[in-house]
Amino acid sequence: MNINLNGKTIESQSSTLKDLVRENGLNPRALVAEVNLEVIRQEDWETFQIKDGDSIELLNFVGGG
Amino acid sequence: MKETNALVLGDKTFESRLFTGTGKFASKSLIAPMLAASESEMITVALRRVDPDSRDENILDFIPDSVTLLPNTSGARTAEEAIRIARIAREAGCGNFIKIEVITDMQYLLPDNHETLKATRILAKEGFVVLPYYMPDITVTKQLHDAGAAAVMPLGSPIGSNRGLEMKPMIKIIIETSTLPVVVDAGIGRPSQAAEAMEMGADAVLVNTAIATSADPAMAGKAFAMAVKAGRMGYLAKMADESRFARASSPLTGFLRE
Repeated sequence: MNINLNGKTIESQSSTLKDLVRENGLNPRALVAEVNLEVIRQEDWETFQIKDGDSIELLNFVGGG
Repeated sequence: MKETNALVLGDKTFESRLFTGTGKFASKSLIAPMLAASESEMITVALRRVDPDSRDENILDFIPDSVTLLPNTSGARTAEEAIRIARIAREAGCGNFIKIEVITDMQYLLPDNHETLKATRILAKEGFVVLPYYMPDITVTKQLHDAGAAAVMPLGSPIGSNRGLEMKPMIKIIIETSTLPVVVDAGIGRPSQAAEAMEMGADAVLVNTAIATSADPAMAGKAFAMAVKAGRMGYLAKMADESRFARASSPLTGFLRE
């Protein structure tokens, strides 16, 4: 299916958020996930189903003033 | 009178009136020693899309648990974007403090007061402890107070410029007329400038670039901490007025001469 991930349209084979993070080779520990403008807590990633057309942001905290 | 009293913002009490930032450090490992040396109790962080190419470092790992996190809304160009970032930061477990930073001017990074005020209103209602970064303006200060801000954060000079209190006359007016604590944020480049802000009566200062980009951030952090304490004590000790003419230190009589 096609999803929008961090502003780019990509194809994904993942069915859950947890899979998506793994699919992209990311370390889940430091990540924050927002799906269709809603923050999804890490404990729910394993069960959260992503759908075709979802708009997903994978974010983390960085240095800033 | 007590030497220096604590500053209360939201539900937190700060003994240190020096707030710091995590941006621009040559290495994240310099942050914890800087915090220890400066005794700063609140530090800013930013939120960004994950960069798969960058190393797996999470800035939060470099900040001791005892330090209050102050996520900023940097990147936001509108109130709506700032509100979204704030909600994400809180959901992510960053606490309920938020520094509102709404900027469309990419050259000088000067804030949009109008959008900042809009975001303040909404986030204050949602229970955030709102610290808005803004262009010193007496009317906007009152509006931010009415909107529920916990403090106001007027800029000293453009972010990262190290030019100090270019807005000094305006900041003085804000300090005089504001009913909220005033935190001078942005552009403070030297400890003496932080001391100057505190001597004027500012309640705190936020310093990021000057410390992070110095040759020795831990030492710089300590210097800024000392400057903030000195400035605050100088303010509380109330210096006498300035005078046009000299005022002799000893009587101008009884000289040993004919």
